[in-house]
Amino acid sequence: MAEDPKIEISIKNLVKYFGDHKVLDGVTIDIYRGETFVIMGGSGCGKSTLLRHMTGAIKPTSGTVTVLGRDMSSLSSEDLEKLKPKFGMSFQSAALIDYMTVGENVALPLIEHTKLDREIINIIVKMKLNLVGLGGNEGLMPSQLSGGMKKRVGLARAIAMDPQIIFYDEPTAGLDPVVCAVVDKLLLDLSKKLLLTSVVVTHNMESVFRIADRVAMLHNGKVLQVGTPEEIKNSENPIVQQFIHGRIEGPLNFMENEEVYSGE
Amino acid sequence: MPYFFEKIGAVVVRWVCVLCEFLKLSGETLYWIFAGPFKGKPVKRPSVFEQMVFMGARSIVIVFFVTFFTGIVLAMQSAYQLSQMGGTIYVASLVSISICRELGPVLTSLVLAGRIGAAITAEVGSMRINEQIEALDTMGINPVRFLAAPKVLALFFMLPCLTVIGDLSGILGGYVVGVYNLKINSHLYLQTAFQYLTLKDIYTGLSKSFIFALIISLVGCYQGLNTKGGAVGVGRSTTISVVTSFIMIIIADCIVTGFYYFSNI
Repeated sequence: MAEDPKIEISIKNLVKYFGDHKVLDGVTIDIYRGETFVIMGGSGCGKSTLLRHMTGAIKPTSGTVTVLGRDMSSLSSEDLEKLKPKFGMSFQSAALIDYMTVGENVALPLIEHTKLDREIINIIVKMKLNLVGLGGNEGLMPSQLSGGMKKRVGLARAIAMDPQIIFYDEPTAGLDPVVCAVVDKLLLDLSKKLLLTSVVVTHNMESVFRIADRVAMLHNGKVLQVGTPEEIKNSENPIVQQFIHGRIEGPLNFMENEEVYSGE
Repeated sequence: MPYFFEKIGAVVVRWVCVLCEFLKLSGETLYWIFAGPFKGKPVKRPSVFEQMVFMGARSIVIVFFVTFFTGIVLAMQSAYQLSQMGGTIYVASLVSISICRELGPVLTSLVLAGRIGAAITAEVGSMRINEQIEALDTMGINPVRFLAAPKVLALFFMLPCLTVIGDLSGILGGYVVGVYNLKINSHLYLQTAFQYLTLKDIYTGLSKSFIFALIISLVGCYQGLNTKGGAVGVGRSTTISVVTSFIMIIIADCIVTGFYYFSNI
């Protein structure tokens, strides 16, 4: 069966065990070219693990993950390294190499994967930093930056190689609401300007409804629902409703000892 | 009783796994050092030179002090014994031979295991817990080529150089005691010191330092790359790295010395 050419990432029946613990349980998702796809869910529901399957950092126990038409689990490490420059990743902690300057961090993938002259690389670095609103900060060290600036430099590094797909792991975690909105706007701008497919893992509900074209709700390693933000808002699933409204009462129970805390 | 054997089995399996992973990392590092240039991905020279300055040039002072004072102590202790037989002049050759064959390479390596082994593990370990290693991996940059290979290469060249400096400062320590305390003529001291020192004494010592360099850098990188569990994890890895390097250096020293002793090379 021929794949739909618009499908950039296709996950089928993905199961992942860590030891005896089942983290992902039969996840099936298709992500289309150019869309901003948000994966949301509570802490420990397996959303970061799902993202790491797409980047090739983790191999599935069973099922397939196909990115840009290539089955990630059957690729040799050499082929995987060749594929990796086609996607970028923005990390929760920004993950800037801390002994390199901002400019060197953004230049790193270009130096490693291309044979461009240093001068051309410097121009590209300037352009990418301008895109995230941090032009002129090439000489600063990561330790001199605020959390939001680090995230934006991480983003500039992720788009340095002009990737087709960009993965965001909690892009707004730990940022104040205004910076959150700035990062969200940046994410949307980049997607539109560079025609990127974006896969975002987050549990920030404001962000979800600001940026998402489609949303998948993950719970206990299973996909509860996939739909547009409107469909998710109007979902009849009580878990989805409890999650998006952040209610304590509901099917999701975080209290360890129910008898004590439920007041019975 | 079966529970007891199960526990022993589990420990053995874990150690074998660690050993296999360590050998895999060593193989990968050597692969990138030797095959990298042919694949168009050589180890970056600037990072090797940067590491050489940090590991080599900045370790000279501590290596000098440790071996210089060891030379002094060795000279005093042997003078105490030899004076009873009227052979204080042989302090010179005893110090030079034992420093070049054994104490120079081993002491320099132990100092470097503490200074550089710990630094490598702490640096790579904190990069691991801050997702920086994962970031490199996601960018398609092999962490072994990018981080481990320059460190291994730099220490491989620098430790023998530091060992030569250690040998010379150890002999200088002995000279100070011999000339100023035992009142041996300066020229006579130096002549005796080098008279009995053969080329074999020097190259057996230096050959050890190449092996010790690989042990320190590879153990440091292995522990760093396998760090888990936040700041406590970095501390734990660093401790394990230094302790493992110390033990492996002593064991490797014993094996290499045994090899030269029995093979008469």
